[in-house]
Amino acid sequence: MASFKVRKTYQEINEKIKKGNVVVVNAEEMIDIVEEKGAVKAAQEIDVVTTGTFGAMCSSGALLNVGHTTPKMKISRAKLNGVPAYCGLAAVDIYIGASELPDEDPRNTVYPGEFRYGGAHVIQDLLLGKPVVMEAWAYGTDCYPRKYIKKDLVLHELRNAILLNPRNAYQNYNCAVNSTSRTIYTYMGTLKPHFGNATYSTAGQISPLMNDPYFRTIGVGTRIFLGGTQGYVAFYGTQHTSDVPRMPNGIPTEGAGTLCVIGDLKQMDARWVVAASIQGYGVSMYVGIGVPIPILNEEMARFTAVKDADIVTQIIDYGSDYPQAINRSLGTVTYRDLKNGMIRLNGKEVPVTPMASYPRALEISNILKEEIRKGRFYLGEPQATLTQLTTGERV
Amino acid sequence: MIKKRMVLRFSKKTWNQPIVYRLVKEFDLAFNILKASVFPKEASLMVLEISGEEAEFDRGMAYLESHGVIYEPLEANIKKDEDRCVHCGACASVCPTGALAIQRPEMYVTFDTGKCSGCELCVKACPPRVITATLSSRV
Repeated sequence: MASFKVRKTYQEINEKIKKGNVVVVNAEEMIDIVEEKGAVKAAQEIDVVTTGTFGAMCSSGALLNVGHTTPKMKISRAKLNGVPAYCGLAAVDIYIGASELPDEDPRNTVYPGEFRYGGAHVIQDLLLGKPVVMEAWAYGTDCYPRKYIKKDLVLHELRNAILLNPRNAYQNYNCAVNSTSRTIYTYMGTLKPHFGNATYSTAGQISPLMNDPYFRTIGVGTRIFLGGTQGYVAFYGTQHTSDVPRMPNGIPTEGAGTLCVIGDLKQMDARWVVAASIQGYGVSMYVGIGVPIPILNEEMARFTAVKDADIVTQIIDYGSDYPQAINRSLGTVTYRDLKNGMIRLNGKEVPVTPMASYPRALEISNILKEEIRKGRFYLGEPQATLTQLTTGERV
Repeated sequence: MIKKRMVLRFSKKTWNQPIVYRLVKEFDLAFNILKASVFPKEASLMVLEISGEEAEFDRGMAYLESHGVIYEPLEANIKKDEDRCVHCGACASVCPTGALAIQRPEMYVTFDTGKCSGCELCVKACPPRVITATLSSRV
């Protein structure tokens, strides 16, 4: 282990939270602090840096235990407001995926499709306290004889409702453009022909995994802000990798890390879990996530001081390369340029707009900051960091 | 001089009369067509940016009214629900006039109705669907 001038433990920081003398700043504020004071002094003074992200995260969904009826039923097929839920679990456990669509949805038959209602809207309706109509079918067994039911589900009446998102909070993400001669409709938004515009989707310098690029402090059991309440990192997310090209500051120059997160849907707030209808693409869900980064040493202070100018991503052509799985970058851009709203590509100026909400991400980092300061949110020490999970390093 | 963006709705009966021309001829109003949906013998809609002397503008509107044209400012026909807007920016990428724009560096999505042409591209581009337009639906 590297020798650090500053050394703090999770326990020490949690003790400070308990006493009410913890020093917490958000990831935006940390930039100037480290610039002015240097990493060592910053690490001595700052205990926690809060991050946030708020973007469309398709790989999300809710695990619901809808409770037993009389007679009992082993649900084998279910629809919530017409949206199919996965039922290949125990009798009354169902999983509603955020991107699932009703069978009757016209999809892209009328192009570009509108995708007005899907799994994310079901989750949103539940959060808004609206009754959701469940229709369920079963083949009937001796122990579970019932074969059909139609009833209203209301969130607070459900036995359990758990948000369980297999892949959220991508560490870095592509900047999308379109080389073709027609407008295309993608999960990165509407892309105009002949490189008419570019989009990107991250909170950049305040995004959780940008502030701990090697996952030194994030892992199984890390307590996080999830959808307006306290949730947890359950594991690494699907497609997670740390084996990527990195800049000298540790920032991956492409995709890389992801989080699988879990939390109690009943405690969440519809402000932080919002259904998204992405024209021509499908349904997705905006999820608000915030991760507190403990400043255990000066290295963590340095990591959390990362700024948009020091983060790059790849410009990817969603018109031809991406759909054909051609792994080609048209160029590298910094998030400073992306946020400024203009990039240069092939000598041409291309206007840029985001797909993820920086204001909401910043709001999350500030909520988390206040919660920690007020002693309502303690750090969760990971049982295994994401790095330990993926490298087989002994925990 | 004033300049206003107006939505004009014409009934089935007046589609074949040169009503907008009278705005120029009688009231010295200049107009720029931002949107027009005009079909023979059907109710029609035009979105115009009208400029001229304020008194003449008012007289022009009274003239429209007397000929059965329903007029409203454009901003009454297109609204962004600020409480539900998540400020993602998806609308700003499709807005051709810059009415929906990103306020930097805070990155809020702002809506300047004065720049809106009523094209309605934003309505379906907005993922949480917080922009409502009643232009086409009320023709």
